[in-house]
Amino acid sequence: MMDELALFRAIYRIRRFEETVLEEFKRGVFSGTTHTSLGQEANAVGVITALREDDIIVTNHRCHGHYLAYGGDMRALFAEMMGRATGVCGGRGGSQHIHWRNLYSNGVQGGIVPIAAGMAFAEKQKMSGAVVTVFIGDGTFGEGIIYEAFNMARLWELPLLIVVENNHIAQTTPTSLVLAGSLASRLRAFDIPVAELDSSDASEIRVVAEKSTAFIRETSRPAALILNTVRFGPHSKGDDTRAEEEMRLLKLTRDPVRILAERLPLEQVSAVRDEINHWVAQAFSLALADPEAGLEDGLDE
Amino acid sequence: MNKTVLSSLNAGLLDALSQDERVYLLGEDILDPYGGSFKVTKGCSSAFPQRVIATPISEAGLAGLSAGMALRGLRPVLEIMFGDFITLTFDQLVNHISKFRWMYNNTVNLPLVIRAPMGGRRGYGPTHSQTLEKLFMGVPGLTLVAPVNFVEDTLRQEPGNLLASIILQTSDPVLFIENKLQYLLPIHQPQDLPDLEISAFSVDKRSAPIFPVYKIKIAGAPAARVTLTAYGYLAELARQAMLKLAYEEELFCELILPTRLAPFDVADVVESVARTGRMVSIEEGGLSLGWGAEVIARVAESLPGAQLITRRVAARDLPVPAAPSLEKRVLPQVEDILRAVRKVARYGK
Ligand SMILES: Cc1ncc(C[n+]2csc(CCOP(=O)(O)OP(=O)(O)O)c2C)c(N)n1
Ligand SMILES: [Mg+2]
Repeated sequence: MMDELALFRAIYRIRRFEETVLEEFKRGVFSGTTHTSLGQEANAVGVITALREDDIIVTNHRCHGHYLAYGGDMRALFAEMMGRATGVCGGRGGSQHIHWRNLYSNGVQGGIVPIAAGMAFAEKQKMSGAVVTVFIGDGTFGEGIIYEAFNMARLWELPLLIVVENNHIAQTTPTSLVLAGSLASRLRAFDIPVAELDSSDASEIRVVAEKSTAFIRETSRPAALILNTVRFGPHSKGDDTRAEEEMRLLKLTRDPVRILAERLPLEQVSAVRDEINHWVAQAFSLALADPEAGLEDGLDE
Repeated sequence: MNKTVLSSLNAGLLDALSQDERVYLLGEDILDPYGGSFKVTKGCSSAFPQRVIATPISEAGLAGLSAGMALRGLRPVLEIMFGDFITLTFDQLVNHISKFRWMYNNTVNLPLVIRAPMGGRRGYGPTHSQTLEKLFMGVPGLTLVAPVNFVEDTLRQEPGNLLASIILQTSDPVLFIENKLQYLLPIHQPQDLPDLEISAFSVDKRSAPIFPVYKIKIAGAPAARVTLTAYGYLAELARQAMLKLAYEEELFCELILPTRLAPFDVADVVESVARTGRMVSIEEGGLSLGWGAEVIARVAESLPGAQLITRRVAARDLPVPAAPSLEKRVLPQVEDILRAVRKVARYGK
């Protein structure tokens, strides 16, 4: 059993990393865009710490938290976003297109879901015992291809965990404005069992995720986990149209960092914070000094 | 019975399934006794029931599913029932399948073969008769292949051998373009065609699988005056046109038939056009922004300063009509090839 200090460490690492990303974006250090998981870190940490070594993670535009919770190197992700040769994918993918060990992400909504199902198909055929976890947002329920994937995953009994990070918003559009029925009923229509949670507590999420993966390993059938959550930051860099007061209140009650910190001894919390602040700053400056990405195929001539 | 393109492809699938347990076939209505809309998978499900899978009508999802299988070590082969429906897989092909290797900095393989029967001339009408592969030819990371109904003595690669070798050896996604009328064609063996000299070369010496380029000449003829280039089913129409022009008009051509359409490699066409100065490209897809346009542009760039006289034979830029009389006028016929070659040969003479 993972202790809460370790969970706190993992969550705070994501928090500090992403705060740094938003701060430094303003200074023009990064290129392109970013989607932070500020406020949603407990999902990444709760679910991914419930997985086994050889399990597979398929994720989306908002993938930094998943990568970091999976143990991804901070310097390599900073470097990827800075367009450095040392980036996770040598600068080719940028923020939303990364692959490291068994983690894969892509920046197009929905399209990764059948791919995750296909991976689960392969792992089942190989009898590897691995479970594939795919993270999607609530807004992605507008994409038809996910229902083709749900159908095949249930039909062929694939070891797939569908984690819906329901932050009730897609970019700037409240999901209530664009979704008929409910997320859970759509999944249940395919006979995929759904566990639903409204929590920002990584410990709590982890327990439920463990139950889901245990079910999948036992039955070799897909399962879904709907994690109701709160997105603290803007969709990407500065595009937040929500009321500040509402966000301030949510940050008081739904902050995954605060929730864990309150259960831990103060000195341990500040020691972890100091240590991680140091590592994040160091990863950032190392990446900054790394060489720019280049093409080595003679295309420049 | 003479071997046809269809029976060769069918044998190729069975061969690939039997050689490697990682090979899976997926598609709509591919199980026996039906064996697929065009019967290319006939017998496969009876011989390999665990690895031949009947699917829902979900082309987009299936493209994604098979990509996931390929990323995790299997060798899936997906049949698109009619090539027209490949449009449903567009996002998977353009934003996912073709991208992963490169954007992940060459850390993954994606050995996926998607087979799609294209083509008209059967009166199926606007959504079941198209030749759509040109839409994918400029997509980086996708390899497009179309077999021809010729074999020659050095590479000995029939359509089915080509398909099987791709399934078993590729590490990247391949669109394998078939054609409904080509299925029924006999495979020409060199001894069946005493009038022709057929030679074949491997397009990319470093690559496995091998993608042959066929070079066809009229046996014993004087120097060719026009270079023809075609692929897939139109290779057969080009062959017919070439013989007619030689015997009835003493207008001699040579015909270059690539099997790998993309990435483009026009070296053999350039070599021929450097001698003839005249070329005709022949395809069944629509004229505008088609395969021939790209081939001709590349040939022209490779021969700076040369005078180049060219024409493209292709479908008119219209939907493919259902009525036989209309379809005939929209899709390129042997007569269209004859007319184009005569024009090009005559120009400036
Ligand atoms: C196919 C597609 N359409 C639109 C977008 C642009 N886009 C990126 S993220 C996003 C919102 C996604 O919302 P949701 O699925 O709820 O995930 P969240 O951002 O809330 O994590 C949109 C519209 C996209 N990346 N892909
Ligand atoms: Mg959302």
